[in-house]
Amino acid sequence: MNTPVLHLEGVSRIHGSGELAVHALREVSFEAYAGELVAVMGPSGSGKSTLLTLAGGLDEPTSGRVVVEGTDLTAAGAGGRARLRRTAIGYVFQDFNLIPALTAAENVSLPLELDGAPSRAARAAAATALDELGIGDLADRFPDEMSGGQQQRVAIARAIVGQRRLILADEPTGALDSVTGEDILRLLRARCDAGAAGVLVTHEPRHAAWADRVVYLRDGVVLDDEDAGETVGARR
Amino acid sequence: MSVKHALLALLEQEPMYGYQLRVAFEERTAGTWPLNIGQVYTTLSRLERDGLVTAGETDSDGHQLYRLTAAGRAEVTAWFGSAVPRTQPARDELAIKLALGVSARDLDLADIIQRQRSATMKALQDYNRLKRKATDLGHELVLDSLIFAAEAEIRWLDHCEAQLRRTADRAVR
Repeated sequence: MNTPVLHLEGVSRIHGSGELAVHALREVSFEAYAGELVAVMGPSGSGKSTLLTLAGGLDEPTSGRVVVEGTDLTAAGAGGRARLRRTAIGYVFQDFNLIPALTAAENVSLPLELDGAPSRAARAAAATALDELGIGDLADRFPDEMSGGQQQRVAIARAIVGQRRLILADEPTGALDSVTGEDILRLLRARCDAGAAGVLVTHEPRHAAWADRVVYLRDGVVLDDEDAGETVGARR
Repeated sequence: MSVKHALLALLEQEPMYGYQLRVAFEERTAGTWPLNIGQVYTTLSRLERDGLVTAGETDSDGHQLYRLTAAGRAEVTAWFGSAVPRTQPARDELAIKLALGVSARDLDLADIIQRQRSATMKALQDYNRLKRKATDLGHELVLDSLIFAAEAEIRWLDHCEAQLRRTADRAVR
């Protein structure tokens, strides 16, 4: 049986305690397999961003397990999680989060260099990633010399550099116009078709439609989608 | 929608016979709105009566070619140059269902909304797959029209859900 690249098992995340406790996620189970793009939708406060930060090892669940490529993130400890973020997990943010003082190539090679890769190998991998996203010619540009769409492509290159198989995208098109946003989704889709597992948090149904599956969160709970599942089953 | 203007716009590009017009219409609009051949011929005869087209020579296969008159050309220009009127909205089964569902007993409206949202999302995913394969700009724009309409429906469903919850919260207080 195929094992998921990302697996959340009965994950809850509670902020605060007692009367003031906020249940951001309640007993959520979620999987993303290699080759699929899963969209997560829900209103503000539904828990979709919490799900993504837990999957990315940026936060820890109150209970339950988050497993990435077979590694339990909680058991891995802070150091282990940081290492996974440099090697296995790619994160794409709405506002790109590129380092302004570094060129596109340097931004992309940074996670590999931080992970101890020789500089030359890291640069070569960065060049490959930038080429794959069609922006090899922008390698020496600084973020403020690029359009939003170009910066987001650099951010995706940074997220995929070095054979990472889990891409987490938090509203990656939020700051872009509709046509540029679509280019970004096309790229994410292509990465997943090439074997990555992608999780896309979005509030735009049009963008969620690029995914193979759409998961709806409400008040920290995954909405039961049994009926939709049956429809799909009947069609097959 | 009457196909009158679509046929005139096609004839502005070159003279065509009825069946050719039907094929061209469907081809250019990605087969989204199938056209009945009878509808093409009745429209053509009306256009001829109104002096917007003339039925001219027949081609080597005996097809009668229609071409635009000067008045027809002016009509096409006027059509492209003016906004499509927002007519009386068609009956929307989903909106009617929710409006009536609000006061129905033993009905879980949230469940109805989620079921519809899933179904509309499935349609949106299908349109998206078609769009990814599209190589013709016209086809892409037609598919975009379907995509944006489906998206609007999902957004509206999200809004209905939020409104329902707010109303329920108020009732509890």
